Amino acid sequence: MTRQRGEVVVETRDLCMHFGGVRAVDQVDFTLFDRELRCLIGPNGAGKSTFFKCLTGQLTPTSGDVIIRGQEMTGAEPFEVASLGVGIKTQVPNVFDGLTVEENIWLSARRWHGESRARSLTAETIERLRLGDIRRTLVGQLAHGQRQWVELGMVVAAEPWLVLLDEPAAGMTHEETYRTVELIEEINKTSALIVVEHDMQFIRMISRTVTLFHEGRILMQDTMEAISADPRAREVYLGHRA
Amino acid sequence: MSSGMLRQMRPTLVYALLGIVFMFAAPHVLQLFTIINLTTAIALAILALSLALIWGYGGILCFGQVAFFGLGAYVYTISAINIGGSTWAILIAVLLTSAFAAALGYFIFFGRVSDVYLGVITLTVTLIFFSLIRRTSGPEYKIGKALLGGFNGVSSPPINLPWDARTFLFPEQVFYVAMAALILCYVFAGWLVNTKFGRVCVSIRENELRSELLGYDVRLYKLGIFTIGAGIAAVGGVMFCNGVGRITPDVFNLYNAALTIIWVIVGGRGTLIGPAGATFALFYLTSALGGQSVLNNNLVLGVILIVFVLLVPKGVAPTVIDWVNRRRRKRPVRSRRRRRSRAEDAG
Ligand SMILES: Nc1ncnc2c1ncn2[C@@H]1O[C@H](COP(=O)(O)OP(=O)(O)OP(=O)(O)O)[C@@H](O)[C@H]1O
Ligand SMILES: [Mg+2]
Repeated sequence: MTRQRGEVVVETRDLCMHFGGVRAVDQVDFTLFDRELRCLIGPNGAGKSTFFKCLTGQLTPTSGDVIIRGQEMTGAEPFEVASLGVGIKTQVPNVFDGLTVEENIWLSARRWHGESRARSLTAETIERLRLGDIRRTLVGQLAHGQRQWVELGMVVAAEPWLVLLDEPAAGMTHEETYRTVELIEEINKTSALIVVEHDMQFIRMISRTVTLFHEGRILMQDTMEAISADPRAREVYLGHRA
Repeated sequence: MSSGMLRQMRPTLVYALLGIVFMFAAPHVLQLFTIINLTTAIALAILALSLALIWGYGGILCFGQVAFFGLGAYVYTISAINIGGSTWAILIAVLLTSAFAAALGYFIFFGRVSDVYLGVITLTVTLIFFSLIRRTSGPEYKIGKALLGGFNGVSSPPINLPWDARTFLFPEQVFYVAMAALILCYVFAGWLVNTKFGRVCVSIRENELRSELLGYDVRLYKLGIFTIGAGIAAVGGVMFCNGVGRITPDVFNLYNAALTIIWVIVGGRGTLIGPAGATFALFYLTSALGGQSVLNNNLVLGVILIVFVLLVPKGVAPTVIDWVNRRRRKRPVRSRRRRRSRAEDAG
């Protein structure tokens, strides 16, 4: 396991999220270091998104703690988590369908900057994500993969120090997926990331430390090679995929 | 004001200019009776504008916008009677109504009440005002010098010159004041929706979770626009009781609550000019129908509502804007460049 650079930026202690009898997240102890890039994998219903929602304030955990950069964030509102400088992309694309691509990204930049900086940052982000041709298009009229890119653009425009992405490459073409990997590597130069993904090829391309979820718990945490070689991991997950 | 803001506001300013022309021309052309009637329609248009702002831009479907309108009228009337002048009364009416809306909104938005219950709560508040004030007919129900008068209502002192309580305005002059109030509220709302605050409100209408995940406290923004909307409705209420000369609890009835929503649906959500214009059109339609007995007024309004919901679901103004934009797009590239960059229209 690669223990990296300094400070712990995300920590959960004994985190539980139960829905009636369903233990979607169960006693999860998780640690993320500054500038780390971590992938979360696991079969459908393993609890990845639920864990993700506990981190982002979309769900209030049944018990346990979420600590972000030393601050107790358990049960905080999503805007409070985001206001720490955390960029978030949800599994179901959340964009402003009735607004243009430009306006979507401006709304993110303007949260952190004044008029003129927000405008230039919006232009930079649009260029960086190659959204120039569609900047005046309503996001609701775009293809699924493009809407995902707009959402990534919103995350990037906020210049976050911590980025949480739930299935960023879902529904993307091969080419788009490849560019997403590039973008993630680029973001990782300045920020820590947690990326939830299904696509094994995608994970292999990023391939840092991988946390494997199964039935609400962390089953393993290691490099992708080690996980691929592990018989338990193969059985719960890799056996049906890759 | 930045040049971008000016460009966004161009349609708003054009309509405002037309309004000013109308304001100065109308008293020369129209009869006094019509002018007095118009004052009432203007007051209702301000009410429609307030709902157009909070529903069309803030995504808050408030079924009881008329509660703030009526409250504004009552607070104005009672304060004006007690103070013996209208200047402070107008201020108190707008501020007290906004404060009431802020308190109500605080529980709604910070309690994360769902959209459906927001409608229910605001409508209930309206109907509570209706039945409470209807019951205040005895001499014991008075606030200071003002008798509430139950279902007969209270007669409202007319507006006087600022800080000069002895110089009352004539009905014709009240028309000027009402029209000026409408134009000012319209330009203010048109400016507001183009500020950062307004654009964040629009984003919340589009996707509340996304706005929240960008780090905006959506509760504060919703509370803000709800409170501002109530203040604008109160301005309408002040003009209304001046136009009519009195205020009765009927202002709070279900019919008026529904009517406000019909104006916005017919005029079109996401524009400000649409609902204001629709209010005038429907006001004159219902007055025209009032003069005959073949068709029932409510029936006609009901049919109009159904026709719009089914055939023109976006409302008049957005449909016209779409049509104009589509025609413009067919023109050569040179003129296309000047197309506005954002989706929503400041009109
Ligand atoms: N709001 C909810 N109410 C009840 N049960 C829920 C709720 N949200 C999630 N669950 C359950 O919790 C479990 C974990 O779901 P979760 O969405 O976290 O899985 P996941 O690992 O993200 O799966 P996927 O890969 O399909 O996205 C599932 O059994 C799911 O049915
Ligand atoms: Mg998931």
